[in-house]
Amino acid sequence: MAVIEIKNVAKRFGNYQALSDINLTIEDQEFMVLLGASGCGKSTLLRIIAGLETASEGEVWIGGKRIDHLPPKDRGIAMVFQNYAVFPHLTVFENIGFGLRMQKLPNDEVTRRVTRVAELMHIDALLKRYSGELSGGQRQRVAVARALAMEPDVILMDEPLSNLDALLRMEMRAELKGVLAESNTTAIYVTHDQVEAMSMADRISVMHQGKIVQAASPIEVYRNPAAEFVAGFIGNPPMNFLTATPAGTGQWQVAGLALDGPQSGAETLNFAIRPEDLRLSEMGMQAKVKIVEPLGAHLLVTCEVDGTLFRAVLDSDLAVKRGDTLTLTPQPDRIRWFDPVSTRAVA
Amino acid sequence: MNARFLPYVLIAPVTLFLCLFFLYPFVLVAKQAFSTGAGFTMDNFRDVVSYWKFPISMKNTLLLAAAVVPVQLALALLMATMVNKMKRGRDLVLYVWTIPLGISDLAAGIIWLAIFEQSGFLNSMMHGLGLIDRPVNFLSYQHPGVVFLAIALAEIWRATAIMLVILVAGIGLIPKEYYEAAEVFGASPWKRFTRITLPLLRPSLQTALVLRVILAFEVFAVVAALGGTLFPVLMGETYAYQFDLLNGGAAAAMALIILAISIGFTLIILRLLRVPKGATI
Repeated sequence: MAVIEIKNVAKRFGNYQALSDINLTIEDQEFMVLLGASGCGKSTLLRIIAGLETASEGEVWIGGKRIDHLPPKDRGIAMVFQNYAVFPHLTVFENIGFGLRMQKLPNDEVTRRVTRVAELMHIDALLKRYSGELSGGQRQRVAVARALAMEPDVILMDEPLSNLDALLRMEMRAELKGVLAESNTTAIYVTHDQVEAMSMADRISVMHQGKIVQAASPIEVYRNPAAEFVAGFIGNPPMNFLTATPAGTGQWQVAGLALDGPQSGAETLNFAIRPEDLRLSEMGMQAKVKIVEPLGAHLLVTCEVDGTLFRAVLDSDLAVKRGDTLTLTPQPDRIRWFDPVSTRAVA
Repeated sequence: MNARFLPYVLIAPVTLFLCLFFLYPFVLVAKQAFSTGAGFTMDNFRDVVSYWKFPISMKNTLLLAAAVVPVQLALALLMATMVNKMKRGRDLVLYVWTIPLGISDLAAGIIWLAIFEQSGFLNSMMHGLGLIDRPVNFLSYQHPGVVFLAIALAEIWRATAIMLVILVAGIGLIPKEYYEAAEVFGASPWKRFTRITLPLLRPSLQTALVLRVILAFEVFAVVAALGGTLFPVLMGETYAYQFDLLNGGAAAAMALIILAISIGFTLIILRLLRVPKGATI
């Protein structure tokens, strides 16, 4: 059982506040993704859990034991590094067995475990090779195998797929997810790639400027972003925003359209809608088409609504061209509202 | 200019220079060593090897190298590791540590002579502390151990930095991620040193050791300043053949023997510290 609890963790580098107020509980065997743009503190948080960095404040608990004062090796963790860190002077076998040798496990046990994970990661034919003789994808597999061989409670992964080409990344994504689900370990996975996050995670923690903005399931993060940052970060293309003015109780005026919205005393709210939740209709927002991008499965149309750039994902059979004016209606149950001051979601 | 020939044209001046001022004299020395005026002969080698001082100077040279090089290697590794951990002032420390490199070996010998000689610093200090009543001549035949120690100390002081600079550069090239990975997978600081630093440092270690061992077999001025005739070494004997005994053939033979030893040790070092086939470091 390896529940990870992060309590009030903060990290400062000199005057720079890298992390503040981090509170997060990761359930046993959960696949948690820390998602954010570079510099948001996600790697720092991972390194604090690993013990490669010490928190300025707060506590880290794994499996009911406080571990933030322990060296990495006593935390029950294993890690996969962004640049793999596969030792170039050791064979694949010795790389995978490195941690086991450090634990002074008997030879036959090392061989048994290395062989098992090597088969699992499909690198059993490469055991005698050196890292310099491997491709990027194979090195990646060695790095994962080395972590799995430790049979750890927790596997930490720092952008493990970011150095692979697109096709390989897609392949490894699915494989990694399968392997980790089999291994019954808790996983924390750092990435800036939202597709990776959405497709792999049980839960995503979206991080921004050293804080966790939202921690929820991928679909929840996508459908109900807790803050404007999340709405603008998740989804490709991201959500559209327009300013809404009050038009009576629970009624809001958005680009000439009266919509049902929250009962709020705010002077303005930000209306948000995903591009794929817009429909062509008789009545609606007037959108002047700026750019049309046929993407095969659908049509990505960038238009201007109320002086703001606005994207819509439409049926690819539609004959739309630059300069046309479309009438768009948002799907009512998919509309989200944000307070422009706090940037938090308003129900 | 044809791009195929350009590299050769560019290295031609250096090659020519080395052929003229290195290869040509070397051939002359070799010729001199293998002749006494009447065709090919091994007489020069027989003479120098059978001379009573040869085994002593050979033994002294090897002993000195065996005492000095490992200490220097350990010190240089320790110093390089420490410098590498420094965040600030690293350059200043490196400059201070490499000062002895800027001093000629004879000057270095004289500095240590000023410490150990009868009217030197060591005597005045020990006298000042009341440890001795009158000056002791440390560097005499009565104290062969002290003579050896003084020479070894001077050599360590003088030439550790040459290994240090090579090792500092080499350690700096090892990516930090390897250490982090080793730490996460349970390697103690000592294990990280022996399992990561040392193997990944092999190319630098090779260079540093080869350079230092060759220099150790050429040790001369420091020994001359501190030991004089009390501590004969191979290079000192070569000098004596050439300039005291005016026997150019014997000096050339000695020089070739030193060269052979140097080549031998270089091959051993390269072999011991070779990178396994396939591994890229």
